[in-house]
Amino acid sequence: MQTENIIRRAFFLVTLTSIVFLFGILVTLLLNALPALQKIGVGFFATTNWYPTAEPAQFGAIPLIAASLWITAGALLFSVPLGVIFSLFLSEVLPERIKTFLKPTVEVLANIPSVVYGLFGMVFLAPLVMRFFRLPVGLNGLTASIVLGIMALPTITSVCEDSLNAVPRTYREASLALGATKWETMIHVTLPAAASGVSAAVVLGLGRAIGETMTVLMVAGGAAVIPRSLLQPMRPITATIAAEMGETAVNSLHYQSLFALALFLLIITLLINQMADTVAARSRRRFKIQ
Amino acid sequence: MKKIIEVKNLNLWFGEKHILKNISLDFESNEISAIIGPSGCGKSTLIRTLNRMNDLIPETRITGGVLLDGQDIRQEHDVVTLRTKVGMVFQRPNPFPKSIFENVAYGLRVQGISNRREIADRVENTLKAAALWDEVKGNLNQNAFQLSGGQQQRLCIARALAVKPEVILFDEPCSALDPISTARIEELLLKLKISYTIIIVTHNMQQAARVADKTAFLLMGEMIEVGATSQIFKQPKDKRTEDYITGRFG
Amino acid sequence: MKRNRLLIQKLWFSVLGLSGLIIAIILFALVFFVTTRGFRVINWEFLTAAPKDGMTAGGIFPAIVGTFYLTLLAIAAALPVGVITAIYLNEYADRDSRLVQVSRKAVNALAGIPSVVFGLFGLALFVNFLHFGVSILSGGLTLAIMILPVIIRSSEEALSAVPFSFREASLALGASKWYTIRRAVLPTALPGIFTGAILGIGRVAGETAPIMFTAATFFTGRLPSSIRDEVMALPYHIYGLMTEGTHPEQQAPIAYGTALVLLVLVLGIDLIAIIWRYRSRKMKKW
Repeated sequence: MQTENIIRRAFFLVTLTSIVFLFGILVTLLLNALPALQKIGVGFFATTNWYPTAEPAQFGAIPLIAASLWITAGALLFSVPLGVIFSLFLSEVLPERIKTFLKPTVEVLANIPSVVYGLFGMVFLAPLVMRFFRLPVGLNGLTASIVLGIMALPTITSVCEDSLNAVPRTYREASLALGATKWETMIHVTLPAAASGVSAAVVLGLGRAIGETMTVLMVAGGAAVIPRSLLQPMRPITATIAAEMGETAVNSLHYQSLFALALFLLIITLLINQMADTVAARSRRRFKIQ
Repeated sequence: MKKIIEVKNLNLWFGEKHILKNISLDFESNEISAIIGPSGCGKSTLIRTLNRMNDLIPETRITGGVLLDGQDIRQEHDVVTLRTKVGMVFQRPNPFPKSIFENVAYGLRVQGISNRREIADRVENTLKAAALWDEVKGNLNQNAFQLSGGQQQRLCIARALAVKPEVILFDEPCSALDPISTARIEELLLKLKISYTIIIVTHNMQQAARVADKTAFLLMGEMIEVGATSQIFKQPKDKRTEDYITGRFG
Repeated sequence: MKRNRLLIQKLWFSVLGLSGLIIAIILFALVFFVTTRGFRVINWEFLTAAPKDGMTAGGIFPAIVGTFYLTLLAIAAALPVGVITAIYLNEYADRDSRLVQVSRKAVNALAGIPSVVFGLFGLALFVNFLHFGVSILSGGLTLAIMILPVIIRSSEEALSAVPFSFREASLALGASKWYTIRRAVLPTALPGIFTGAILGIGRVAGETAPIMFTAATFFTGRLPSSIRDEVMALPYHIYGLMTEGTHPEQQAPIAYGTALVLLVLVLGIDLIAIIWRYRSRKMKKW
């Protein structure tokens, strides 16, 4: 019994690890970001010049935030319809045997390293975009959006597919037994019943896209100006952090302002994930009612 | 009485498993026919063959035929039309997560009926026919899940009636219900047979005895005996039917 | 009317199928691109030699070794913590207790944090505050925190798939809880736990952002001799060659080759995990 108790307590302590790290990350970023936020003040989120190495240095994060929004929006515009449609195909149309083969393929798409996507975007996609739109450079917001969209596809598809699968079979049977076609059943019954799961998928995809670093760093073009169109080079938050952290002195204002950016990013993604959780929980509750 | 459905030498396999063995059986119009037998005897599979719901299960193989109004359901009917002629009510109430009104209107909308007046009329009439109208007329826009189990099942019956089928299949419609709700459904069945042909699968022999005109006994995929309900229950010809009915197994 | 409806269905199903086709083309283009470009430069020397002539020639051996060490350390640190957490949450803690709920929230939150944020955390905590410096130690631990949620989730899934009757049978024979977990639960859950760990390895090997400031260096002539050394790593090597290189004509092909090696490594690891999962699911008899 003695050992039982020791093991239980030890395991309990280990279980706290993830909670400790979550708060550790929050606190660490906060401590490192605070001096910068105090010095720069609201101007950090309200001004439009990001010249961290100029004399005097200027830290206005608006162009970076705007770039993140543009690129993320572009990515979702492309990956949400494709992902949702593909998940419908996967879960409602394809026979089981092909499905068991295709699902892992989507997982594979998710596990390709982001730097490989970045390379693909730089060398393969950027020239295509450049030629197609007759632009001077192919490394811009659009190219980044496309690559990011591809990367968000697996998340969206698999979460969507799970929620479609969770719709009780009896709904489909009832609809089919009334003489509805498979397509009508899908659109009028299955998809609406899975709606909250599908929205959770979209939100998770959003979280994925906004936090992705290497691809945008390699592909987005890197100009820290407020973008007026998706076809301009951009510098989103994540790319800024990754590109500039290597060249800053520890505890300099620049270093701290990059932590402030990371803190901002962290809070945004935590909120997004919280939102996805809430929506997903609603969809789980829904099928428990009966 | 006219034959509306004829089952001829029907065999069905799921993969290697031989589920229905050479079944021949007729169903007459405006009658209630009950199919009884121990669980796993294939009775649900048999009625799910009649509206081709088994099509959804992969690796199903069928030989023999099922005729609806003299036409083979697999060759001369397409599945969508077949299912509007042969409706179905399932074991557990399965309303859609929609309002009461939309549940009943679903089949109509799917058929492309968009006239609001017509839909409203038909929803009202079918809810009346399903003996549910008086209980729900004030809150048709309420979510169907808020109804009691028995009400949900009558809603599912109304939903099936709305598309004006010729035949309605009931797959153990009362197995999830309490005795009072069950009694109301049985009452309803007796009323419905005036305008519809009803085929009901049940493991509850008293239920079959109470409502059915004709009863068929299925055992391990074989049709053992079929006849007028009173004959099956009072003077079964086959020893196995007698054993089942007197409760010696099953 | 009805013909029409079946036609509409056919039409839409082809649209749905089209989405599958588009995704297949994207995946194919990506793999084809990396394979054909990378294949040209890969040979024995490429895999076993160090870079030379200012990164314009030679091989990527130090990067392979670096990625290997980083991955090894990350998984060695994260696996025990992750599995124990999963055991506690699944076997000991009360399902509805606050701890379980908070832990699950924390695990979900950790899983959603962008990788660059982990990188910054590692930089602040391990590199600067704990003075581990830019090293395998800092990078490995940063990666470990990042994959912790992956391992916890897959282990929990594997544990909860073990039928309750296994536990009852053992407990009913008078075995203690810990004995039951060790002898009855863990062995059955082990394939699932390992699949999760392998998928975690695949993920760690390809990450760049978390190691950029904590472990990786663009060039070092020698192999690491201790855990406190900085290392080259495959993903960072690709990034470095493509963005900081001075001779793009010679360096880009090396990046392609490195990408192919990384891709084969990661997808190979994933494939092992997927096949293993498939087979252990098939063998399952309960």
